[in-house]
Amino acid sequence: MRVQLMARRKVWFSISGALVLVSLLLLVLRGLNLGVEFTGGSLLDLTFERPVGTREVRRMLEEFGLGGAIIQRDVREPRRVFVRVPPLDGEERKRLMTALQESISPLLSDEVRTVTPIISRELVRNAAIALALASAAMIVYITIRFEYKFALVAIAALLHDVIVTLGLFSFLQVEVGAPFVAALLTIVGYSINDTIVVFDKIRENLRGTRKSVWTVVDESVNQVMMRSINTSATTGLAILAILLFGGKTTREFALALLAGVVAGTYSSIFLASPLWAVWKQREERVGWRRLRRSRRRR
Amino acid sequence: MRRATAVAVLLSFLILYLTGAAFLWVRRAQIAGLFRLGLDLRGGVRVVLQAEGTPEAPVTDQSLQEAENIIRVRVDRLGVTEPIVQREPELGRIVVELPGVEERHAALDLIGRTGLLEFYDEEGNLIITGRDLVRADAAFQPGTNEPVVTLDLVPEARKKFAEATTRNVGRRIIIMLDGEIISAPVVSVGGIEEPIITGYPSMEEAFRLSVLLNSGILPLNLRVVEDYAVSATLGQDSLEKSKQAVLIGLAAVGLFMLSVYRLPGLMADLALGVYMVLLLGALLAVRATITLHAIAGIVLSVGMAVDANVIIFERIKEELRAGFTIAASLDRGFRRAMRAILDANVTTLIAAAALFRYGTGPVRGFALTLSIGIIASMITAILLTRFLLKFLVGTRLLADAPRYFGVRS
Repeated sequence: MRVQLMARRKVWFSISGALVLVSLLLLVLRGLNLGVEFTGGSLLDLTFERPVGTREVRRMLEEFGLGGAIIQRDVREPRRVFVRVPPLDGEERKRLMTALQESISPLLSDEVRTVTPIISRELVRNAAIALALASAAMIVYITIRFEYKFALVAIAALLHDVIVTLGLFSFLQVEVGAPFVAALLTIVGYSINDTIVVFDKIRENLRGTRKSVWTVVDESVNQVMMRSINTSATTGLAILAILLFGGKTTREFALALLAGVVAGTYSSIFLASPLWAVWKQREERVGWRRLRRSRRRR
Repeated sequence: MRRATAVAVLLSFLILYLTGAAFLWVRRAQIAGLFRLGLDLRGGVRVVLQAEGTPEAPVTDQSLQEAENIIRVRVDRLGVTEPIVQREPELGRIVVELPGVEERHAALDLIGRTGLLEFYDEEGNLIITGRDLVRADAAFQPGTNEPVVTLDLVPEARKKFAEATTRNVGRRIIIMLDGEIISAPVVSVGGIEEPIITGYPSMEEAFRLSVLLNSGILPLNLRVVEDYAVSATLGQDSLEKSKQAVLIGLAAVGLFMLSVYRLPGLMADLALGVYMVLLLGALLAVRATITLHAIAGIVLSVGMAVDANVIIFERIKEELRAGFTIAASLDRGFRRAMRAILDANVTTLIAAAALFRYGTGPVRGFALTLSIGIIASMITAILLTRFLLKFLVGTRLLADAPRYFGVRS
């Protein structure tokens, strides 16, 4: 398998560009389905002893003045419902839980999480700080080990992966919480990891060659293609195991990781390297022109 | 390398490996018991309390410390094993975790209730407040063996209270917590400096009131900003599912490596076993709490652990295709792969460090497993796989080497 990386670069850039554009549009128009960890509120995950309908749960909630609750039944388990309401305090929750058990049925299992806006604001702020800090540290590291152009291109690829993942979650309207933030930051680490492996090959092949940047990038990417795909495949397999067998709590987390790994593999092969080559080539041409001009003047 | 040496070394490694694996397998239940499981896997309650100061009583290290002690006393009385009460001074918070507590919602309610305690007479005159109270205790009254609540007042308040009781014999004293009446006992005798409240149907009731009264003595106003309660049944279910996910993930990655990279793939799989032991050992050593997301981190790190091996094997294949001998390809492959592995993993570690520094709870656990995983994977991939492959080549069993590496000759 040989990919016409540089010759077809416009195709690759268009795919990435379109994905990013659609993702951004989705994010603006449709937004994300933010969980209680972002909006503040209480989330009740209740499994009763018998199958329940959303209507009887709602009737129960109305008695507590919680008629506006979002109630969802689990797709696979008719006895399980998820309820989202504004933040409940200890007293209210205790009364509600007792009432639910008395009027519907005893609970087999339950999970209740309450987050107030103080905590949700903190989550968003900390995520932003972590992202900025990680990006800055990576730019410094890559600039030292490679050069700043590699660093900036790698960060562009990383933003691409994060935006596409956000876009997918906006499209699917899967609820996102704190683990989603962790998944995004892991994608950041993974995406860079993948990109670096490709850059390493380019760096090596550039040494002492007289070939053009484009040719070197084309060859390098084709040389590392298999290992890029194989490393993503092993990571992807592991994540798939969490997604399919790991239970509901980690499902959203695994889905985000999987999207990030796929986007990350694409961007390190088809986006970061050709982007760098175009930039480098243009710079060299400009350099040559300057050199020629200065010679003519002499 | 002499062929006999290589065979001997490899065989001893295999015997050691299999013995170790058998030992760990037999002891697996005891080993699993060593790990501290998070609330999401064993059930329980977690509350984050935010201290809110007032102009006359600002949040200080000392007042937060006092608040922590009072909460600790309250939590201890709930009779939970291994409760955690932790102060986060920089945020002015106290985090309480009660693993395995039965009455979760009642416990949450008790911990969360912290506020203004006031004693009024029937006319609505304030007698004393929570500040005048040292502590409240539930006890059986000597002689009658009746459950009672005893109140210990600060010296300055004793006279005030005695005078109020003298004025109010036969009438009620209304005790309010956060504007809500929690008790309204009738004054039987005047001039009391050490009040005793009687008339409780059970010790449990008396205890409940004493806990509520004590919560009104907190030096700070504490507000619940986050809480979490999960039943042990749900935790058990999650634990079973994650165990399954770990095993399936491991098997899938192992099979993939074997089918794509053949003999080196087998070596990588052996190294993966050692990797798991290193990772779990390190997690035990740092007393990490195993949560659902930490387990996800473990599975993910398994996938990433073979990354380094894939990079190395692909390099070796390149060198083989370029026509180098197998021994030379091995050497060159490892040497050249090293730099890519190092650079790639350092960047991932940077992300993990940022995640650890600015994450909370589950996110931190995940960042920790991921970081330990990356380091352990570099050690096993670079040292162990290399060692195994070197001796394997030394046995000269691989006369037709490239084929075993998945390279068509």
